[in-house]
Amino acid sequence: MPEVRTEEMLINMGPQHPSTHGVLRLFLTLEGEIVKDVRPYIGYLHRCFEKHTEAMTYPQVIPYTDRMDYLNSMSNEWSYVLGLEKLMGIEVPERVEYIRVVMAELQRIASHLVALGTYGNDAGAFTPFLYSFIDREKVLELFEITCGARLLYNYFWVGGLSHDIPANFQSKVKAFIKEFEPNIKMYNDLLSYNKIFIERTANTGILPLDVAINAGATGPILRASGLKYDLRKDEPYSIYHKFDFEIPVAEQEVGTVGDSWNRYMVRIKEMVQSLRIIEQAIDNIPEGDVSSAVPKRVKPPVGEIYSRTETPKGELGYYIISDGSLNPYRVKARSPSFVNLSILPKISKGHMMADLVMILGSLDIVLGCIDR
Amino acid sequence: MGILNRLDSRIEQFETGNLMITSVDKLLNYARLSSMWQMFFGLACCAIEMMATSASHYDLDRFGIIPRPSPRHCDIILISGTVTLKMASRIKRLYDQMPEPKYVLSMGSCSNCGGPYWEHGYHVLKGIDRIIPVDVYVPGCPPRPEALLEGLLKVQEKIRTQSIAKQIKKA
Repeated sequence: MPEVRTEEMLINMGPQHPSTHGVLRLFLTLEGEIVKDVRPYIGYLHRCFEKHTEAMTYPQVIPYTDRMDYLNSMSNEWSYVLGLEKLMGIEVPERVEYIRVVMAELQRIASHLVALGTYGNDAGAFTPFLYSFIDREKVLELFEITCGARLLYNYFWVGGLSHDIPANFQSKVKAFIKEFEPNIKMYNDLLSYNKIFIERTANTGILPLDVAINAGATGPILRASGLKYDLRKDEPYSIYHKFDFEIPVAEQEVGTVGDSWNRYMVRIKEMVQSLRIIEQAIDNIPEGDVSSAVPKRVKPPVGEIYSRTETPKGELGYYIISDGSLNPYRVKARSPSFVNLSILPKISKGHMMADLVMILGSLDIVLGCIDR
Repeated sequence: MGILNRLDSRIEQFETGNLMITSVDKLLNYARLSSMWQMFFGLACCAIEMMATSASHYDLDRFGIIPRPSPRHCDIILISGTVTLKMASRIKRLYDQMPEPKYVLSMGSCSNCGGPYWEHGYHVLKGIDRIIPVDVYVPGCPPRPEALLEGLLKVQEKIRTQSIAKQIKKA
């Protein structure tokens, strides 16, 4: 048989592509359909976050943190105000802490629902997307009755919250839990244990634990590789030490530990745990004033601090340097999506190009968080 | 008789029922505004609200607006989010690839004028109308799905008043 001459093909995927979850551009080197190399090019959504932090006062930065990872605004704000509260030595009222936990866990559910829906979409299953957005609307309604916004809230303030929860909030959250709990089984039937979906995702993009740790991966991606690491347990901030919940990690159930299916499944299991936390917190919200500890002027002393929280995507940290004035000297954001994206070239080599879409979807990146 | 109600009063219907007379423009416009295919194209936060609008709760499908991945299939492009300088040239190129007649809906403060990034955003385009013509602006950061729906209905209204037959005559 005569030898077939092959040559490498260079392809740009994005920045406008339905499966890149935003304006990401991937530069692919292909041999036939096999991916030889992937190089992510970013910066199509660079919105000058750090420049804005230098120009704004401390509270004015909070709306810009909202717009970083726009699926997960509550947790973004939390990381930032947590650092400032530590720097200024503000004791936050317990009512505020409870409401913050409830909000952050609701946001985690909403974010994972988008991840679930769009991941199904990537695999060619459009139906889970439609179902998951029904449930997401219910969460957004809870946010809306509290602070008036659906997506970008500016809800967590330094030392408190912008609004107190309305009178019917607790009953509405309980109603949501009751409605949502059986739906997780529905998602499992619809997508998670679907034969086609498992064929597409199991054993693709296996991320070994040592690679994950070396790359600095956090969140569901690290936990899917088998390490039980979650800031809510390992470095408990706020009042997370009061709640009884588990950190889901990948089990030897379907596929291999560290593959795309397990990354997806960890998110589903996290939603169950988030519901558990909300259930424990919602009945115990103490009475009090949510804005009693809000300072009139946010002017932290000279110093620097790194504060981090566990967001749905992983560890989000802010490194804040204060020079004692009303504006931050510098705020550097350590975004989980940026670090998690750096894994993509390591785990997608040797796979088919169609699998690359599934691997990228399983990383659950948000471009606003990567480019900032 | 939903179709007849939406077509216009200038329809003459005969008593036998199977025949009606209308102008070419009215018929074409009715067809165009009832199947505005939208480009599958999201930029930033507003794209999430755009997804929410096309999902089950708000359901863009009922207006005949469905997302298409290729610009060559599309009638309307929603600029949903912050346009950076790096992305601006790509958007221009996508817009140029769309077939005429085409419409642009600018969604959210960022693509209207730069929004919160207006003052210090050294890498943010201060309004998509600096590179492509915009038909409808929807304010908000991000606009609610209802606001986006109204914007799309405004585009439909605009289509309803246009005349393709006159353009052909001119050419």
